[in-house]
Amino acid sequence: MPREPILNAVRSALGRRAGQAPPPLPPARIVVPEMDLETRIERLLASVSALAGRTCRAGSREAAREYVAGVLDGRPAVASNAPFLSACGITALPQVRSGIHNREELRQICATIPVGITSADYALADPGSLVMLSGPEEARMISLLPPVHIAVVPSDRVITGLDELFSLLPNPAGISSSLVLITGPSRTADIEQILVRGVHGPGELHVVVV
Amino acid sequence: MSVQFDEKIRKTLADAKLELAVYTATGRLATGRRQTVAPEVFPQYEELRTQASAIKKHTIDNLDYYLEQLQTNVEAHGGKVVYCRDSAEVVDFVVKLAREKNAPNIVKSKSMATEELDLNEHLKEHGLEPVETDLGEFLVQLAGQRPYHIVGPSMHMTRYDVAELFTRHLGVERETDPPKQTMIARRVLREKFLKADIGISGANFLVADSGAVVLVTNEGNARLTTTLPRIHIAIAGIEKLIPRAQDLAVFLNLLSRSSTGQLLTVYTSFLSGPRRAGEIDGPDEFYVVLIDNGRTRLLPDEGKRQSLHCIRCGACLNICPVYRKIGGHSFPWIYSGPIGAIITPQFLGITHEPALPFASSLCGACSEVCPVKIDIPKILLELRAEVNQATASTTPKRLERLGFRLWSWLMRHPRIYEWAGLAANGVAPEAEPGKWLSGLPGLLNVGPAKAWASGRDLPPAPGRSFRAMWRARSRSASR
Repeated sequence: MPREPILNAVRSALGRRAGQAPPPLPPARIVVPEMDLETRIERLLASVSALAGRTCRAGSREAAREYVAGVLDGRPAVASNAPFLSACGITALPQVRSGIHNREELRQICATIPVGITSADYALADPGSLVMLSGPEEARMISLLPPVHIAVVPSDRVITGLDELFSLLPNPAGISSSLVLITGPSRTADIEQILVRGVHGPGELHVVVV
Repeated sequence: MSVQFDEKIRKTLADAKLELAVYTATGRLATGRRQTVAPEVFPQYEELRTQASAIKKHTIDNLDYYLEQLQTNVEAHGGKVVYCRDSAEVVDFVVKLAREKNAPNIVKSKSMATEELDLNEHLKEHGLEPVETDLGEFLVQLAGQRPYHIVGPSMHMTRYDVAELFTRHLGVERETDPPKQTMIARRVLREKFLKADIGISGANFLVADSGAVVLVTNEGNARLTTTLPRIHIAIAGIEKLIPRAQDLAVFLNLLSRSSTGQLLTVYTSFLSGPRRAGEIDGPDEFYVVLIDNGRTRLLPDEGKRQSLHCIRCGACLNICPVYRKIGGHSFPWIYSGPIGAIITPQFLGITHEPALPFASSLCGACSEVCPVKIDIPKILLELRAEVNQATASTTPKRLERLGFRLWSWLMRHPRIYEWAGLAANGVAPEAEPGKWLSGLPGLLNVGPAKAWASGRDLPPAPGRSFRAMWRARSRSASR
């Protein structure tokens, strides 16, 4: 195994001994701005809109369900197992499938279904990101394979930004194998720098704050 | 200068359409960067750069420590770390794994490290055909080319090139509308994703305290690559480390702004191992392949070591007057622009393309925009000195030295300098108004002087020298 030769080459080039502790690391730079909830929500919705995402500020859980039903407009959807979605009555909508824990079954569904519905662990006011931790409640595929993604987020989950996220989750690997930030719909500009949405991930993103 | 380097540059300069495409694309990216790091919208920018630079320096200066920490944490979450010295070892690892796990279908998300290894070509020799899934990389792969730019691999192609590629390789009707072309690629690549057994990604960052691979993309192809296949292999250079997850608050902010002028790329994935108990999806196996491939050779010299601080944002390419003229394919290796000019000679040896460190005006724009403050011009100068040492005592160098000695003597003798200027003015041909001269005047246009002038346009002789004008001005002022 080339592990030792490489590590030894590194050490001898740097003049270090095996197991030698490094000098103190510069402290992490985490600066969390002061921002009240109302401003955070406004900024989140403005940021998502600026990224060509659609937004809805729902006054109640019922209003969130109505918005989702309106977007679905009769189309079938798959919803994650997030308790907040069932609390909003979204999983009870007639065309919504939910409660799937089998990877292969979920993959089959996500490969063809037009809409995926999730919640989010956090939402960042700046720059307008959804924070998704993979687990029994949230699969990775639902926010990824269907061309439309709707995220329904309780307002108390809206935080200021990256700095606050990493102060709340200094060690995301301790919680989940996958943390994903979603900042707007999927996009590319690889052909003549012309912006096209939905190249691999969802081209249509709805963020609903309840 | 090698013949190939010279020829490639000439070919690019002769293609006005290509030049315009590259100039426009890099200009747009550079403008995006400037707008998103402007003090009025992002006052903390300079502080973040200072922090990023300090963190990178600390990490590279103590690299063995953080490599070991990374491995401990990857293994703690059920992943494996594999060290490889070179391309052959990586190919060997991937081929064996694909056979052992009966996993022949491979999808890839963009990775400069695998470009460096010629991974796709080598895997093909073993009957494996990885499919590039970043749209730009997919186009470049279909065309059998190399990425043109670190972040915009297909920057040099037009929609008509794409239409041609798609009809030839995908058997679809001719389509020249970029949004529709993009959807064709989505359809074709989605099938590949759903069939894939192995997903190979690079890594934008490796996080030591978490054992995590961080990937940023706009398209979502890296998420698909690391979610659908049952095996995920991340291949990255040993220099990609950062110590803590918390440092991402600094690096993510800098990377997106510097590369594409976005506040954050659409998808940022922080992946720490295979799927865990209770998690519904994600890969069953997770490998981090750490490659040396010449990197340890850059470590001994403390000054040049900073070349390994690079986070591959591409900002130095977009701002570089040389890159914007000669384009990405003129460069001798896959790393182009100012960063390519400093790492290529160090990875491949100084004599691989001795002219490379000289292909710069040393204007310093690159280090001004570098989010981790790499002093590129200083390293270029050091590399120039190395080239000169390696190629000393050849005839052209003697002539060059003679030329510079003459020039230096002339500069120290102002009267003779002025007289020489008058003489040059006398022999200079009349230029058309507003036009530059494409060569030296007849008498001087011989030998090495002719060669020197062949790549340079000269302004027409001004008629009167600055000194003459100054004297006249002083005279009239004193009157």
